[in-house]
Amino acid sequence: MNRLLALTALLALGAAAALAQPDGMVLVRGGAYQPLYESAGGQEEIPVESFFLAETAVTNAEYLAFVRENPQWRRSRVKPLFADDGYLRHWAGDLDLGSALPDRPVVYVSWFAARAYAEWKGMRLPTTDEWEYAASASEMRPDGREDPEYRRRLLAWYGRRMPDPMPAVGSTPPNYWGVRDLHGLVWEWVGDFTSALITSDSRSNRDRDSKAFCAAGAVGAADFEDYAAFLRFGFRGGLDAHYTVPNLGFRLALDAPNL
Amino acid sequence: MTRPRFLLTALALLLTGALTFTACQPDRPAADRTPVALAADAGAELYLPEVRGEEIAVITHAPNVPPPITRDYATRVIVEMETVELVKELADGVEYTFWTFDGNAPGPFVRVREGDLVSFTLKNADDSTVPHNIDLHAVTGTGGGAEATLVVPGHAKTMEFRALKPGLYVYHCATAPVGLHVANGMYGLILVEPREGLPAVDKEFYVMQSEFYTAGKFNEKGHQDFDLQKAIDEEPDYVVFNGRVGSMTGENALQASVGETVRLFLGNGGPNLTSSFHVIGEIFDRVYGEGGSVINQTNVQTTGIPAGGSSMVEFKLDVPGRYTLVDHALFRAFNKGAVGILEVTGDENPLIFNEHPTSGELAHNAR
Repeated sequence: MNRLLALTALLALGAAAALAQPDGMVLVRGGAYQPLYESAGGQEEIPVESFFLAETAVTNAEYLAFVRENPQWRRSRVKPLFADDGYLRHWAGDLDLGSALPDRPVVYVSWFAARAYAEWKGMRLPTTDEWEYAASASEMRPDGREDPEYRRRLLAWYGRRMPDPMPAVGSTPPNYWGVRDLHGLVWEWVGDFTSALITSDSRSNRDRDSKAFCAAGAVGAADFEDYAAFLRFGFRGGLDAHYTVPNLGFRLALDAPNL
Repeated sequence: MTRPRFLLTALALLLTGALTFTACQPDRPAADRTPVALAADAGAELYLPEVRGEEIAVITHAPNVPPPITRDYATRVIVEMETVELVKELADGVEYTFWTFDGNAPGPFVRVREGDLVSFTLKNADDSTVPHNIDLHAVTGTGGGAEATLVVPGHAKTMEFRALKPGLYVYHCATAPVGLHVANGMYGLILVEPREGLPAVDKEFYVMQSEFYTAGKFNEKGHQDFDLQKAIDEEPDYVVFNGRVGSMTGENALQASVGETVRLFLGNGGPNLTSSFHVIGEIFDRVYGEGGSVINQTNVQTTGIPAGGSSMVEFKLDVPGRYTLVDHALFRAFNKGAVGILEVTGDENPLIFNEHPTSGELAHNAR
C-alpha cells in the first residue's frame, strides 16, 4: 500500500513537473549571483529564484500571430506612445513579413510591445538579474565568467559586425541551462531595464545612494573585466520604453514557484 | 649731392625703411600669444557674446583642417556626426573592426570660435551593434555631453553647448566600457579659436596618435579582434598616426614648401600612452603646450601629448627634404607604426644645412 502511494506520488510529481514546464522553455535553477554593479543595498551576491526562460527569442512568425489577434499592435495602428516610428520597420506591412524571415528574432519592437506579447502568452519578460544570471552560463558551467576563453569569444562577438541577414533563432549552441542565443544574436529587452545601474555617461555610475564614482573606469563594478556585461548595461542605459532598435528583440520568462 | 639725387636717395631710404619695418612685423602682435605673468583668476572670466544667426560647420577628415574662421561674431554652429562601425585596414593586409565618428579613426576635425553656441547632433548608424555617445573636452557641462548624447543603434540625439574657452580639445566616445570604445577608434579633435583668431600660417595639418590592441602581433594579416588583456596591460601592437600604419607615408605624405610656416594640430586619443612627439630635422618654433591658449615654449625638439590631450606646434621650413613625424618612444616608431612623413620641396639652403660641404678643414681632412 505504501509502495503504491509512493509510486503514485512520484508519478504525480513527475507529471506536475512535466506539465509545469511550458513548451520551448527551460528551467533555470536559482542560485546566488554576482551582479555587475552592487545593488542599492550594497550586497555583492543576490539570490535569483528558479524561473523558466525561453530557449530562444520570439520570432517574426510568432510576433505575426500576435498582431493578427491583437490589431491594436499592428504597425499602422500602434500608438506612438507605445512604439516609435521604427516599429516593425523590417516588415513589408501590418501582416506581411515581406523579406523578413519567419525564423529570425523579431526586432524593431518596443518594451511596451514586448510586454504586451508576453501578457498575451500568459508570461512576462525576464528581469535584468534573471537574464544576466542565465547569460553568465557558458556551455558547460552555470557561471562561465571565470573562463577567459569564453569571455574572449563574447567580447569578440560584440566587436564584430552583425551578419546580414541576421541568423535564425537557435543558431548558437545551448548554454548550461539549455538556453540559446543569449549572446551572439540580438540584444534583448528585460522587464526592469530602467533600473540598469548605469548613467548615459558610462564613466559615472551614481546609484540611488549617489555614491561618487570616478570618471573613466568602472569603480563600483564587481568585475572590471566583464566587458560584455558593461556593453549590455551601457545599451540598457540608452533605452526608452517606446524605442525600437534594429538589433533589439526579446524572449519570455515565467515564474517557477516551488521549483 | 644734387637735389634730384638727394630726393631719390631719401625716397630709397624711406622705402627700404618701410619695407624692412613691415617685413619684421608679424601678422598679429606677438604680445597676445606669449606667456605672461598670469593673474590669479586668469581664464576664469565667462565670455558669453550675443549669438547671431547660424551656420553649418565645415568638418574635415585627417590630415585636413577646416579653413580659419573669418567671422568676428559668435554664431550657432550646427555639427552632425554619425557613429559608424566598419571593417577597415589597420595596416596592409590587416583588418580591424573600427568604431568611428563618421567612418574614420580619428573622427572629423571641428573648428569653432570662442563664444559660439554649438548645436551637436549624434546619430548612431542603423547597422551598429552597440550604443555610442560623445564627450567633447571643449564642453563645460555634465560628462562633456556624454549623458545627453547616448544613442542606441538607429537613434539620434541633439545637445547644445557654448565654446567657452579657446584651445584644442579631444573628443571621444564615453559609453561603457569606455576603454573599448576609444581603443576601437572613437576620438577626434575640436578647435575653439580664440575670439581674435590664430596667427595666419601657410599650412595646417591634423595629426592624431592612438594605439590598437590586437589578438595577433603587429602586422599579422587577416581580421584582428581587440585584445582586452593587452589593453589592460598597456601593451599595444600598433601605435599609429591617423588611424593606420602608413596614413602619412608614401603617396599620403604631407606636403609643404621651403619658406612656409606649418601648424600641426596634434591629438592623442590613447587610450593609454602619452606621446613624445618629434619631427626629425625640425625644431618647433612655438608650442602651445597641451593645446592651451598661450605659447608656453619656443625652440622645442620634442613635446608631450597626454592621452586624451593635445598640443599645437608651429615651425617655419627652411630646408627641403623629408621630415619624419614620430613618437620618440622609438620602438613605437620602428616596430608599431608611429611614423609619418612631411615632404618639403624647394631650394636647398647650404647656409643652414649642407650634406656635402666642399670647403673648410673638415672637408679637406675627409678626403
